Amino acid sequence: MKVLNEMKLSFPSRSANEAFARTSLSAFAAALDPTIEELADMKTAVSEAVTNAIVHGYREGIGTIYIHAKILEKNRIVIRVRDTGCGIEDVKQAMEPLYTTGPAGERSGLGFAVMEAFMDKVTVRSRVGRGTSVTLEKTILSKGAE
Amino acid sequence: MPLKLYAEQSQVTACLIGEIDHHGAGRLREEIDEMLKRVRPEVLVLDFRDVTFMDSSGIGLVMGRYRLIREWDGAVEIHNPSPSIKKVMRLAGLDRIASIHSSPPKSGTNPEKTEARI
Repeated sequence: MKVLNEMKLSFPSRSANEAFARTSLSAFAAALDPTIEELADMKTAVSEAVTNAIVHGYREGIGTIYIHAKILEKNRIVIRVRDTGCGIEDVKQAMEPLYTTGPAGERSGLGFAVMEAFMDKVTVRSRVGRGTSVTLEKTILSKGAE
Repeated sequence: MPLKLYAEQSQVTACLIGEIDHHGAGRLREEIDEMLKRVRPEVLVLDFRDVTFMDSSGIGLVMGRYRLIREWDGAVEIHNPSPSIKKVMRLAGLDRIASIHSSPPKSGTNPEKTEARI
C-alpha cells in the first residue's frame, strides 16, 4: 500500500517521554481527521507500547525507543514501537491479559489487551537479547474508507 | 501529575488532575496510600473529572488502592470518568470492584455544547 506520509522518532527510555511519544503521535495522526475517540484509542495504545519498552525492554537501564509511523491509503495508520532491550521469551504468554512481571498490584498486566482492544491489529516480534517491536494498525473511519 | 487529597469523616477524596500514565502513577500511589493508611476511611473516592488521559497504569492505580482499602473492608468509588477513560475501565472490569458514578455537567455549562464533538 502506498505511503502518504511518515515520521520517525527516537528518544531515551525515560518515563517522562511517555507523554511526549503519545502527544507526537497524536499530532502526526491529526491529518487523518480522527474522532476524539479514535485519537484517544491511538494515544492509549502507543502509551502502552512505550511503557512496555521502558518497564520491560529496558528494565536494566536506559536505552533508545524508536517509533516509525506511516499513514497509508484508505485512512490506514501503522505505528511501530521498537526497542533493542532484553526481548520477550514467550510472546504468547506476555500477551495474555493480566500476565505481568511487574510489581504485584501496581502493573495491571493489561497493556497488550488495551492495545488489541483499541487498535485493529497488533503484531509483536521479539528476540531474547535483541529487542521487541510492536506494530499497531488502525483504519480511521471518520472520513470513511475510500 | 498534581493531586488534590482531602479527608472528611469516613471518606477520603482524591481529585486526580491531568494525564495518568506510568510516569506519574508512582507518586499518586504514594500520596494516596499515605493518606489511606493514616485515615483508614470507609470510602475512597477517586474523582476523574479533570483527568484528560489514562492508560492501563490508571487501572493498576485503582486496583492497588482497592486491595489496600479492602484490608479494613473499605470501598472504592470512581467519579466522573470521561468516555475514553470509562472505555479503559470497562475493558479491565473495574466496575466489578468499584462503583462508577457519572454526575451531570457542572452548572453554568450548556450540556449540548459539552457533548458536541470539537
